[in-house]
Amino acid sequence: MSEHAIEAVGLRRTYRSRTGWLRPQRREVQAVRGVDLTVGNGELFGLLGPNGAGKTTTIKLLNTLLIPTAGEARICGFDVVRQTREVRRRIGYVFGGDRGLYDRLSARDNLRYFAELYGVPGREQKRRIAELFELVRLTGRENDRVEGYSRGMRQRLHIARGLLHRPRVLFLDEPSIGVDPVAARELRQTVADLAATGTTVLLTTHYMAEADELCGRIAVIANGAIQALGTPAELRHHADGRQVLEVEAYGVSDAQLALIHALPGVREASVVVTGAAQVLTVQSDAGVDVQADVLRALDGVRLGRVTARRPTLEDAYVAIVNRVDAQARPAEAVGV
Amino acid sequence: MIAVGALLHAKQLSRSPFEIATALIVPVVQATLAVYLFRAGGEPGRLLEAAVGAGLMGIWSSVLFGSGGAIQNQRWQGTLEMIMLAPRPPALVVLPITLATALTGTYAMLATLAWGRLLYGIPLTFADPLAFAVAVPGCIISLGMFGLLLASTFVLLRNANALTNTMEYPIWLVSGMLIPITALPGWTGPIGAVLPTTWGARAVREAATGSGPVWPSLGICLAISVACLALGALMMTHVERRARAAATLALA
Repeated sequence: MSEHAIEAVGLRRTYRSRTGWLRPQRREVQAVRGVDLTVGNGELFGLLGPNGAGKTTTIKLLNTLLIPTAGEARICGFDVVRQTREVRRRIGYVFGGDRGLYDRLSARDNLRYFAELYGVPGREQKRRIAELFELVRLTGRENDRVEGYSRGMRQRLHIARGLLHRPRVLFLDEPSIGVDPVAARELRQTVADLAATGTTVLLTTHYMAEADELCGRIAVIANGAIQALGTPAELRHHADGRQVLEVEAYGVSDAQLALIHALPGVREASVVVTGAAQVLTVQSDAGVDVQADVLRALDGVRLGRVTARRPTLEDAYVAIVNRVDAQARPAEAVGV
Repeated sequence: MIAVGALLHAKQLSRSPFEIATALIVPVVQATLAVYLFRAGGEPGRLLEAAVGAGLMGIWSSVLFGSGGAIQNQRWQGTLEMIMLAPRPPALVVLPITLATALTGTYAMLATLAWGRLLYGIPLTFADPLAFAVAVPGCIISLGMFGLLLASTFVLLRNANALTNTMEYPIWLVSGMLIPITALPGWTGPIGAVLPTTWGARAVREAATGSGPVWPSLGICLAISVACLALGALMMTHVERRARAAATLALA
């Protein structure tokens, strides 16, 4: 058995497209720019990053759906380009969202079909499918058509489908996207149970709490490259020397945000809308008290609760991603 | 796996409201077209031949749009990546889909004959009912295998339906499904001769009207289709790899 479940060295992927006939324009987008990664057997590994960071492309390179432009990857010791079938026998792939299932078939028919495709022996199929319905808590709804399923139920069915052939490595690409909090918690429980049985899981997400709760190690990917890698505790160090001020507000303008960003000692400032309110998060140097300056910049804005706290994993993540954004980024799209 | 896959895909296809509406309307249109064409030609005695020809057109349309559309539908549903990820030769993964489209096409044949009988009183007296009962499924399986060759090209094309639209009428014309091959320009002959649709249509027509021996035509139809299957399987392996390189398995 290979020492590592997943190994990637210098993995790169460039998408090329052409538009127009008379004066064709060629575009190249470098989605992954040299990813090096090893994931041990039985590890639950998180790949975290903003939209367009290269998470899904990385997963698709590892699970054989895409061929790398450069670099190498191995799953359980098998090369993803040359030993595709060996790799596919050992992996499961689950992605988030509504698609990927046969809506007009029942959940049981979906699993029956994929069991055939993935080579689950006929005599085992019935038992395995029943086991998986139990695992993903869909027992009693097996014969319902998938088109009547909620998003959470679909997502659990996706997981059951991904596990039919008892894969050694499971790729979960944003499995909780669009799922309500209760269903997301159930999903997390299912994933944790899987990891406990020795399945290697590579999980991509942009939900920090999910990664923090589940993953032993996390890689933060941005702009197609891994920017930080470590345990959640290690990643938190990226926000060392900082403190965080959170202000509940109603009507912070872009100009005020820019003003706050420019205040002495302020490292990051962002606004997230939660219902009718906004939450302004300001990361600043630990030794500098920016609260008074921030509140002055918000003059005229109705304010709610103001809280000062220590940085969390999410703050560390924001710090890492923003650092990448701040650096001069190589042009993402170039005409060729 | 092929049988279970074909049955489940046929189940999924036959539950589509679009497919159901098409299946209800198209056979009536095709039966009407065939009947009036032959009546206008002063050959009312050949109405059964007309109805069978129209039914074959329905099967062909189902296979063509099914194979092209099936790959595109799998892409839209997000299932194309999931099925191509199976540890199986790509041809084995796609063949059940094309067989399912041929299977649902059987309905077109039956419905066209039924509408022909109900609306126009075409007598359903087949010259050789047993041969007809064998020739129709044989033709369907052949077209399913031919569909694999078509589908292999569609894996690469994100807008495969544009290609399918241009192939429907030329193929049923040169195959002589409705209009006799002898009425077409000579240069279409060699094209028709290499298409399994030509021999399948001929076998079914011969069984229905007794105009010739069924088995040689059906045999040639199956032989060409097996060759298409082998070629399609080779191409499928090649295009699957190209699709992974070009990133065309997913919609975006």
